[in-house]
Amino acid sequence: MKFGVIVFPGSNCDHDAYHVISKHVGQPVDFIWHKETDLSAYDAVIVPGGFSYGDYLRAGALAHFSPVMEAVKKFAASGKFVFGICNGFQILCESGLLPGALMRNRGLHFVCKHVNIRVENQSTPFTNALAKDKVLSIPIAHAEGNYVCDDDVYQQLEENNQIVFRYCDKEGEISDVANPNGSRSNIAGICNLDRNVLGMMPHPERACEELLGSNDGRDIFRSLTNRITELSV
Amino acid sequence: MKAKVYVTLKPSVLDPQGKAIHHTTELLGFENVSDIRQGKYFEIALDAALSESQSKEIAEKIAKDVLANPVIEDYKVELVADNG
Repeated sequence: MKFGVIVFPGSNCDHDAYHVISKHVGQPVDFIWHKETDLSAYDAVIVPGGFSYGDYLRAGALAHFSPVMEAVKKFAASGKFVFGICNGFQILCESGLLPGALMRNRGLHFVCKHVNIRVENQSTPFTNALAKDKVLSIPIAHAEGNYVCDDDVYQQLEENNQIVFRYCDKEGEISDVANPNGSRSNIAGICNLDRNVLGMMPHPERACEELLGSNDGRDIFRSLTNRITELSV
Repeated sequence: MKAKVYVTLKPSVLDPQGKAIHHTTELLGFENVSDIRQGKYFEIALDAALSESQSKEIAEKIAKDVLANPVIEDYKVELVADNG
């Protein structure tokens, strides 16, 4: 099993992701520079958080034209796993691997704090070690995390169970007060139809050590390694 | 030729930045302003050797593929002479 962490100019959570995969997940992992075009050595790639290309034009807009993203599209089409976190989620939406878009937060502020998210779909490769409705404490750090999509896309997300995480309160209640950025229907993370591409605004790679306030993020990475192990048997 | 590209949020999309700007104009005492929406403006310099239709085609493609995100934004392309 091998992981890759893609590095764009301006990525800044690449080392956090690398650290978690190597230290807590205990798997081999490489950094992949955005000029790379061959991902055949990997089972899963992480598109990490940060400010790729300074968020110029729109968050994620310029990164999606980097050479590696054509390879990521092929990688995803072949059924391999792609995990976009924060800026990575924005890049996946810009590149069309996930539907919708991430806009400026409703309250305009950059929001940096621990939030609660509820597992809406536990039968994805990224959540199989979690129970449905489990509440996770995971930090967010973004100014453009306000998920928007039109009514048709929203209906498809609902019907196909593509909404994986929603912002909630400590008890798991979905409410407007618990929505940190104005996302439609409190959406914090979605997957594609085939379930092998996940994007989420919260940072599970920053929640893998008690010392950092929560280790709830570990189960997401553990789910993914479970699934890759199953497939390789 | 020069292409002027205007990218604006679709009317259905909330524009919190525009709202904040509108709020400030209200604080300053501007009345009779019902709404302000923020957008982006680009100028694309195109080779003089291109015909008008070629210039338009290139600018339209750049606007559609790069400058605007069709999920949330609309765009408008205007072609003008270089000194325009």
